Amino acid sequence: MNIDGVSTGIVLDHIQAGCGWEIYNLLGLDKVDCTVAIIQRVQSAKYGRKDIIKIDGDVDIDLDILGYFDTKITVNMIKDRELVRKVHLKLPETLTGVLECRNPRCITSVEQEIVHQFWLADPENKKYRCVYCDSVYKEKK
Amino acid sequence: MSELRHLINITDLSVDEIDHLISIADDIIDNPEAYQEICRHKKLATLFFEPSTRTRLSFTAAMMELGGNVLGFDQAASSSTAKGESVSDTIVMASCYADIIAMRHPKEGAPFVAARHAGVPVINAGDGGHFHPTQTLTDLMTIHRKKGDLGNLTIGLCGDLKFGRTVHSLIEAMIRYKGIRFVMISPVELDLPSYVQEKLNAEGVEWKVVRNLEEAIPELDVLYMTRVQKERFFNEEDYIRLKDSFILRRRMLDSAKDDMIVMHPLPRVNEISVDVDDDPRAAYFYQALMGKYIRMALILFLLGIR
Repeated sequence: MNIDGVSTGIVLDHIQAGCGWEIYNLLGLDKVDCTVAIIQRVQSAKYGRKDIIKIDGDVDIDLDILGYFDTKITVNMIKDRELVRKVHLKLPETLTGVLECRNPRCITSVEQEIVHQFWLADPENKKYRCVYCDSVYKEKK
Repeated sequence: MSELRHLINITDLSVDEIDHLISIADDIIDNPEAYQEICRHKKLATLFFEPSTRTRLSFTAAMMELGGNVLGFDQAASSSTAKGESVSDTIVMASCYADIIAMRHPKEGAPFVAARHAGVPVINAGDGGHFHPTQTLTDLMTIHRKKGDLGNLTIGLCGDLKFGRTVHSLIEAMIRYKGIRFVMISPVELDLPSYVQEKLNAEGVEWKVVRNLEEAIPELDVLYMTRVQKERFFNEEDYIRLKDSFILRRRMLDSAKDDMIVMHPLPRVNEISVDVDDDPRAAYFYQALMGKYIRMALILFLLGIR
């Protein structure tokens, strides 16, 4: 299968196989005004299988969201078909407007206008705490 | 102009700043007349979105003794919150009318939201089961006055160590001083949460668990009592079996040091027998008095007066 290369834009590589769509939605790539390709289940020497997203256009993506989702993803910045920067992700120190606090006693549970915000309390265990109530963020089961 | 300071969590204050507050409070006790007009024409807004007796009275008395005025409300029903106003809007409005705000709210993090929007200092007067820093300041002031030092003490924490926010904050504040040992006295069901245990271990603080109050008393310099609530137990049998192990009675003080102090954040229900009240080691009503002085010091500090 032939997918054109990116002239100026971003290639997200080493996405865990099967997670391409999730990343696409998370980054709001359905709203960008350029060509976006999701390539799924590509052979990878490192991970066996992987997904790749190619964005052919000058867009900004939220590296914090991406870092929180999976630090193994590599971000390749392309200009004039040349790789100009490779970003290795890390867990962001703070996450604003990404996660939602589920503590029913938290002020965010009653005031809809407050932007949910978390800080990285324990990088080893990827533990984030709500800046308002300090409760640990738990993924939905 | 100096940066606006708030007190949301006890850790917002450094050990030096806490020592500074305690020295101001000591001076207020020694020279009350020097402070009785110091906040003239200043106003404290007490925004209590849920009822409180001690804390609100203590803040009100503190500002009145500094010569200032107090305005506010004592339940959400009598504020615009009942009409759906947000915390941030209420606080911006209150900043127009007052020089400093003391706020209690049932939702955790509400004072933090308030501090982000306020044009004047905000004091967290309790946010749900989260923080209650002025209670911790009260506890530190009481220990300082009664023991002369905040270091080199064996502190017994008794009762509900799992859900008791005053206990967690006191631990957080006291581990910053030298030579502190803790004796945790609670039923298994109400043991200290693991994250607090981990913190004690990480800081290298000496601590142990004792399952019977009477057994722990002889080695203590401070006994901090909290209530064991029936609703914390899965069944009534366990509660009945355990509750008497965590009730302080007068005769149990026979084995205590002469200068040990008994503290309690109040209100007490039955965890300290009333016959303890007459013992000179009972410090819980004195503690309520110290709450007023340390809040006076805090108001002066946050207003930039001292």
